[in-house]
Amino acid sequence: MTQTLQLKINGSDLRLDLDDPRATLLDVLRERLGLTGTKKGCDRGQCGACTVLIDGRRVNACLALALSHDGAQITTIEGLARGEDLHPVQAAFIADDGFQCGFCTPGQIMSAVALIAEAEAGLDPERIREGMSGNLCRCAAYAGITEAVLDATRALALEEERAA
Amino acid sequence: MSAGKPLPHDAAPLHVTGEARYIDDLPTPRGTLHLAFGLSPAAHAEILSLDLAAVREAPGVVAVFGPDAFDPMPDCSPSVHDEPLLAQGVVHYLGQPMFLVVAESHLAARKAARLGRMELRERPAILTVDEALAAESRFEDGPVVWQKGDAAAAIAGAAQQIEGSIELGGQEHFYLEGQVALALPQEGGDMVVQSSTQHPTEIQHKVAHALHLPMSAVRVEVRRMGGGFGGKESQGNALAIACALAARATGRPCKMRYDRDDDMTITGKRHDLRIDYRAGFDAEGRLAGVEFRHLMRCGWSQDLSLPVADRAMLHADNAYHLPAVRIESHRLRTNTQSATAFRGFGGPQGMVGVERVMDHVAHQLGRDPLEVRRVNFYAARVDRPGGCLPPSPATGRAFFAGNPPPEDFRTLITPEDIFRQKMGGEDAEALRVLDAEEVDLTSRGAETFQHGEAPPAPEGVQTTPYHMPVEDFIGHELVGALAESADYARRRAEIAAWNAGNPILKRGIALTPVKFGISFTLTWLNQAGALVHLYQDGSVHLNHGGTEMGQGLFQKVAQVAAGVFGLEAEAEAVKITATDTGKVPNTSATAASSGSDLNGMAARIACETLRDRLAAMLAERHQAQAAEVRFAGGRVTVAGAEYSFAEVVGLAYQARISLSSTGYYRTPKIVWDRKKGEGRPFFYFAYGAAVSEVVIDTLTGENRLLRVDVLHDTGRSLNPALDIGQIEGGFVQGAGWLTTEELVWDGKGRLRTHAPSTYKIPACSDRPPVFNVALWGRDNPEDTVGRSKAVGEPPFMLGISVLMALSDAVAACGDGSVYPGLDGPATAERVLAAVGRQRG
Ligand code: FES
Ligand code: FES
Repeated sequence: MTQTLQLKINGSDLRLDLDDPRATLLDVLRERLGLTGTKKGCDRGQCGACTVLIDGRRVNACLALALSHDGAQITTIEGLARGEDLHPVQAAFIADDGFQCGFCTPGQIMSAVALIAEAEAGLDPERIREGMSGNLCRCAAYAGITEAVLDATRALALEEERAA
Repeated sequence: MSAGKPLPHDAAPLHVTGEARYIDDLPTPRGTLHLAFGLSPAAHAEILSLDLAAVREAPGVVAVFGPDAFDPMPDCSPSVHDEPLLAQGVVHYLGQPMFLVVAESHLAARKAARLGRMELRERPAILTVDEALAAESRFEDGPVVWQKGDAAAAIAGAAQQIEGSIELGGQEHFYLEGQVALALPQEGGDMVVQSSTQHPTEIQHKVAHALHLPMSAVRVEVRRMGGGFGGKESQGNALAIACALAARATGRPCKMRYDRDDDMTITGKRHDLRIDYRAGFDAEGRLAGVEFRHLMRCGWSQDLSLPVADRAMLHADNAYHLPAVRIESHRLRTNTQSATAFRGFGGPQGMVGVERVMDHVAHQLGRDPLEVRRVNFYAARVDRPGGCLPPSPATGRAFFAGNPPPEDFRTLITPEDIFRQKMGGEDAEALRVLDAEEVDLTSRGAETFQHGEAPPAPEGVQTTPYHMPVEDFIGHELVGALAESADYARRRAEIAAWNAGNPILKRGIALTPVKFGISFTLTWLNQAGALVHLYQDGSVHLNHGGTEMGQGLFQKVAQVAAGVFGLEAEAEAVKITATDTGKVPNTSATAASSGSDLNGMAARIACETLRDRLAAMLAERHQAQAAEVRFAGGRVTVAGAEYSFAEVVGLAYQARISLSSTGYYRTPKIVWDRKKGEGRPFFYFAYGAAVSEVVIDTLTGENRLLRVDVLHDTGRSLNPALDIGQIEGGFVQGAGWLTTEELVWDGKGRLRTHAPSTYKIPACSDRPPVFNVALWGRDNPEDTVGRSKAVGEPPFMLGISVLMALSDAVAACGDGSVYPGLDGPATAERVLAAVGRQRG
């Protein structure tokens, strides 16, 4: 039975017909919408490669049933940059060498964006490492990842200050 | 963009925006089919019947191939043709592909793959090295033995002796991007394959053979991998072959991606092993003789096990001079996944053996293990008169396409050589599926026993157990510098005092060195090619034989190339596109850490050829000498005139000068006879050392890494940022292997740890709070590209310091009478058990 789903993905409204009620958000993004920036590392919620933001919160898209997020706002790695400019977290990952093979990177970045927004870790490297530990990186670029989150936290705080 | 600058990856902006494409991200043509294997549920059994009717009828299924579908059955092996694509008659491990499903979607294929019905008559499965030894189930006729001097006599004659053994677990690669391939059928039966592989030529060769096509009819392309670590040297063969066969049969593009569980169940991992050792030494811990016995669990097929086991033997000395040594290596055949290449390629396993001996000797003598390590180091490098570096050879280093290789480039191989090796057990012989003419020359699994003679070691120079002179040993200075910067002695004393006052938590510290040989041990693989085009607008397009898997190879090679043309400052002056067997042929795997050494050199040579042509053209124009033409800062100057690089290229085009060149490089100096275990298998050694400090909870065995200090030798680094990333990543992966990454098979041969929930790779939170990495930064005495050193694998073995630090912490729980004897991985359970042994 086909069901209809409404999503706002990276700012655009989308209506989708789904044949399979069990389709994951990850498969919908990658296979239906061609948004392949979100990666499939394990497809069982254990690696974080598929992290996206659903209504601002980080979620493993491989565990999220698309249908159960009807009406949600989804942000993927493709929707993060601000026009031509990289998002500060993206820029920090380049500046701090936060990756090697890059496969985990979209998930790391989405996770970092949410972690900073959660404002739980602040500038404490220990808490950042804890907060990022759901995103595995087999290349073990963890030093750069931690640095990038620290730098991006500072950059975003500065932006906020300026805006205020 | 010059060599030496800490630039980020060439694809960095693509990675952070999600634009970087891996194979599963490529838009597939309409009508693409998806493949899945049906897997064996038993570790060793006769196949009495296989009923695939339900599979064929499953929704979305387009075709199903069983063992009778192909004649002959295509082979996936990188060595002795003992890996039929689908099991024939007998299954050899739990997870072995038995049939192939082709369906309209990935999910449909996977679902259908569960519907095969089979009747199996189980045979006893050989799962452990002891079972394999008892059954004489092995590859080759017997163990390989290398020796130098009379180890047994030296041990017996020494003042003191130790004896022991250590179990070392395997390791799952867990490349974050799983195995994947996509075959696109072309006109006239040709095939294009996109494969996540470290070895495009291997894929080309195997696919061509399976399709009965010449290699020229198959083209393989690899833009990047989401991690490889050795797991994509041979393990992608099955997927590429399956896709190509299905694409030919259906006329439609075919794609195969293993799900994570399937990937872990089907593919090979690092070799696990047991090392038995005996050593004799004096009161200072100086070794007189040592014996090692390696019992390597190779799994069901040979794959790359022989060269892996060789490399374990080649690193049994690590940084230590062993005056008398005997190494016996058993390559055991078991009913498990076929163990394969993994970063270090056996080197780490061999190295842990001798580090264990050092630790054990120190414990017996009650000395600081670092002192024992130091007294056993190779003699320091002696700088030759007339300069601080030994002279590099004037000739024989490189030759260009078109020039014949010099005569000493002897490689004699015949199919008989390859088939001379025998594997144990009837199964093994029966497995051979292909004709003898088919030789896989570019695989590390290829075999030869003839490599020429190594020159004798110069007088007074210490040699390795395989008789290679060690002339560039920098361990003394490097370890000295690290011990000082990491404040080793003071911290060691402090930890002892701290431990005395803390009954529950115990800390430990250890410094271990690394000396790792750089080169493929199959000598002829040490060659590489590159292809460079200059376009009329001055842009540079480069292809080389190496593959990018995150190590930053493309960026390094681009920096080298840009440097030749004086285009350092221009961002993206050199474009490197996907590795493609149609651009550069007969490539070696991107492995053995040799990617930038080989490909950087080939690229440099190609670029120099073009630069020389441009210079000659300008010199003629200006009545000057070609040597006076300068390429720097994006400008070209000669006899007072100045041009932009693009202008010069434009002039050269109009002067009808070829703007395309290949470059070819082969590593000099290496000769190796693996049968005798003699020669110079390595061009040079890469060095490093690490100090690790840990704390253990003696009530639970839980442990934490507190601080790590690394000093690593990258020669004159081509790119310090990328190198530091490799060093940190390698260290963490090595530490993971020896601490949390535990593979568990049950009594039926089923891998129980086949997902990240049960198999624990290091996470961000496992990184130590203090992690200092410094580069040694002195030139490679050998003439490598920019005097750099390879950096892919050596840092992995820095992780051994963590195991030794844990051993130190455990030892602090006892009175010094019982050696901790910690096995790897030193999981919390093992640490707890070792603490228990200390406390009696
Ligand atoms: S793919 Fe979703 S967590 Fe691994
Ligand atoms: S960069 Fe390779 S997995 Fe993280």
